[in-house]
Amino acid sequence: MTVQAARGPAPPGAAGAALLGLLGGFIAELRRAGLPVSLTEHLDAAEAVRHVPLEDRAALKCALAATLVKHHAHRQAFETAFEVYFSLRGPQFVPSDGAWADADLAGARDPRLEGPGGEPLGDEDLARMLFAALLGGDQERLRAGARRAVQRYAGMEPGRPVGGAYYLYRTLRNLGLEALLERLLETVQDEAERPLTPLEERLARDEMEARIDQLRKEIEAEIRRRLVADRGVEAMARTLRKPLPTDVEFMHATREDMEALRKVIGPLTRKLAARLASRRHHRSRGVLDFRRTIRRSLSYGGVPAEPQFRYKRPAKPEIMVIADISGSVAAFARFTLHLVYAISSHFAKVRSFVFIDGLDEVTDLFEASEDIAEAVHRVNTSADVVWVDGHSDYGHALGVFWERYGPSITAKTTIMILGDARNNYHASETWVMAELQRKARRIFWLNPEPRSYWDTGDSIMSTYSAHCDGTFEVRTLRHLERFVEQTF
Amino acid sequence: MAHRFAGVSAVRDGLNGVQYLADEGIAGVVYLADRLVKPVLVEGPAGTGKTQLAKSTAEMCGARLIRLQCYEGIDESKALYEWNYKKQLMRIQAESQTWDEVSEDIFSEEFLLTRPLLEAIRATEPVVLLIDEVDRVEVEAEALLLEVLSDYQVSIPELGTVEATQIPLVFLTSNNTRELSESLKRRCLYLYIDYPDLDREREIVLTKVPDISQSLADEVARIVRSVRQLELKKSPSVSETLDWARTLVLLGVEHVDAETAAETVHVLLKYRSDIDKALKELSAGDAPGSGLPR
Ligand SMILES: Nc1ncnc2c1ncn2[C@@H]1O[C@H](COP(=O)(O)OP(=O)(O)OP(=O)(O)O)[C@@H](O)[C@H]1O
Ligand SMILES: [Mg+2]
Repeated sequence: MTVQAARGPAPPGAAGAALLGLLGGFIAELRRAGLPVSLTEHLDAAEAVRHVPLEDRAALKCALAATLVKHHAHRQAFETAFEVYFSLRGPQFVPSDGAWADADLAGARDPRLEGPGGEPLGDEDLARMLFAALLGGDQERLRAGARRAVQRYAGMEPGRPVGGAYYLYRTLRNLGLEALLERLLETVQDEAERPLTPLEERLARDEMEARIDQLRKEIEAEIRRRLVADRGVEAMARTLRKPLPTDVEFMHATREDMEALRKVIGPLTRKLAARLASRRHHRSRGVLDFRRTIRRSLSYGGVPAEPQFRYKRPAKPEIMVIADISGSVAAFARFTLHLVYAISSHFAKVRSFVFIDGLDEVTDLFEASEDIAEAVHRVNTSADVVWVDGHSDYGHALGVFWERYGPSITAKTTIMILGDARNNYHASETWVMAELQRKARRIFWLNPEPRSYWDTGDSIMSTYSAHCDGTFEVRTLRHLERFVEQTF
Repeated sequence: MAHRFAGVSAVRDGLNGVQYLADEGIAGVVYLADRLVKPVLVEGPAGTGKTQLAKSTAEMCGARLIRLQCYEGIDESKALYEWNYKKQLMRIQAESQTWDEVSEDIFSEEFLLTRPLLEAIRATEPVVLLIDEVDRVEVEAEALLLEVLSDYQVSIPELGTVEATQIPLVFLTSNNTRELSESLKRRCLYLYIDYPDLDREREIVLTKVPDISQSLADEVARIVRSVRQLELKKSPSVSETLDWARTLVLLGVEHVDAETAAETVHVLLKYRSDIDKALKELSAGDAPGSGLPR
């Protein structure tokens, strides 16, 4: 019995061949976006698409995802590329149909979008229709309305060098989504027989937010569809391409990026913790324990069948993290603190300190809460870190640290300093670094800026790094992970 | 070989028939697994129906489910096969043949103990093979699986290669505690089962919890969705949703209000901090910054 016997649907026709060509371009784009697609996987995808109906976009997406995307963190990049490469495909159009563009972009085919005499809907009618669609959760109408809203409000013209975000902004502003949410909720409230309880209110709000989010996505998809039609697939793919979450730079993360980062940090730290634990386990196997081996061998009739080892227990390091949490480096500090606490069982003790120009210990926040994310969040609101003007002052912060916590540094302490070393031209107080290095076991500096920026402007990185046992460029989660793995 | 399923919707309906509510994505991958003759690697949060998918697929196909539960330290003798050492020893002691004769004899079928992987390959009836929690084995032990996963065969040095007489449908599940090797992933179709959306979760509750009303199932699914939007230590899984729904039915609850939620939420959430957070958030009604009248 061979595997081949099960293969072999009908050979691809012209549409199929066109699809295979498209697939090649699509996979090249996935690779440019950083997905490791192998040749085997390319072939699997080509095979898989032969088993799905060409016009079924959802099935096509499923087949491509199953064969090409083997990491959940890569899913978003896949979605974006798929939208661009296959956004013109759907039940309405088959690939060989050249007329799709006009028929679709003219858009006014839906009788619900036309007035009684066939004339297009006016502003108010459109608003009313969208409102009803949202209130009733009517997907079809929502989609139709989104298309119409883009056509009406986005002001898209062929050849204009404007990005999708601009069109999205224009469309959303005209629809007034913010006010829409409140109006929807008021209507729900009014239609209820009695006043909603807070719980019901919350559930209604979450439901309406989900629907509005859906509308927003439909609008984005429509804009993208039109942009692709105007500019071509490759150009759009380039514009929309984004780093994978682990490669997003902390210093330039948008709100959306931060959302993605928050999603991956959990699984990432779990895996990291598992790797560290297993390494610790393997490492701890030491030399042969002769006496115990002989004793154990008695139960095997004298054969030393189960060698016994003397286990070393390498001392776990004590960690002190000192983090700059001022504006531009705040995200970096947050994720690093999160990660350090997520693997804290690997350390004998973790103490954390945050500063801007003043410095405050925040260890308690983490120890009081089981919830790291919550604690990280509280750091920003409850730490007392502003001394004079809220601009980073490394020198002053280091001085305060030395004065208050210097005595608790021991030869087991590993110090991690997090920040860009941009000191706003204050005094550097370099002597503190020298003292810290003298007293601690190791001292590392993690800087979220590219190495080439160090020592430019008010960055005094090399002044401090002279007293460090290691300096690391940690711009992304991937860098952070690597640092931890190499160091501990 | 005849295909098991006519199309994606046949898979979906079939799974529905054995009380597994699949979405297009899940059904689509199961369908492709059959067409492409490839194993499926299933990842996703805990308790979203990864293991159950394999079980339900077996039930749908009327196939035998063979399960290899993975754990750290699993080896060939637990995954593939083992020689029955005691029996071999007795044979050696009983015989007066030459060593060559004996050795040929003791490495024959009679002395072979089959373990799940070999068993799935040798079975003559339809089989679904479930390799559960594959992320628990060490990277090196993954190699044990590769031959089965790509060629549906097992090589036994003393016996030769055992090829499958029927190709099993294979599911591997992973809780993502470590990154699986690229070579394993390359051989598999990948399916990520996330928490179900509102509609599917409601359907799961309706299917799995006897005597629950439409409206209660709807409320349960909605509340769970809102709870999952919070940043929690551990989001509620589908099994926890089901436990909670069953509890509510047992207590004769018809409608979940704030008090009922407070009294029963420990069934849904396991950590104190999560419980506190959820109760606080959900009884506050307004999201921060909202101007709704109270
Ligand atoms: N789609 C579904 N349809 C019906 N029941 C489901 C579905 N998904 C999950 N369940 C229910 O949830 C329970 C938990 O599912 P299962 O044990 O398969 O989760 P899992 O993903 O394997 O979790 P873990 O990662 O903890 O092993 C099942 O017993 C089943 O009753
Ligand atoms: Mg499971």
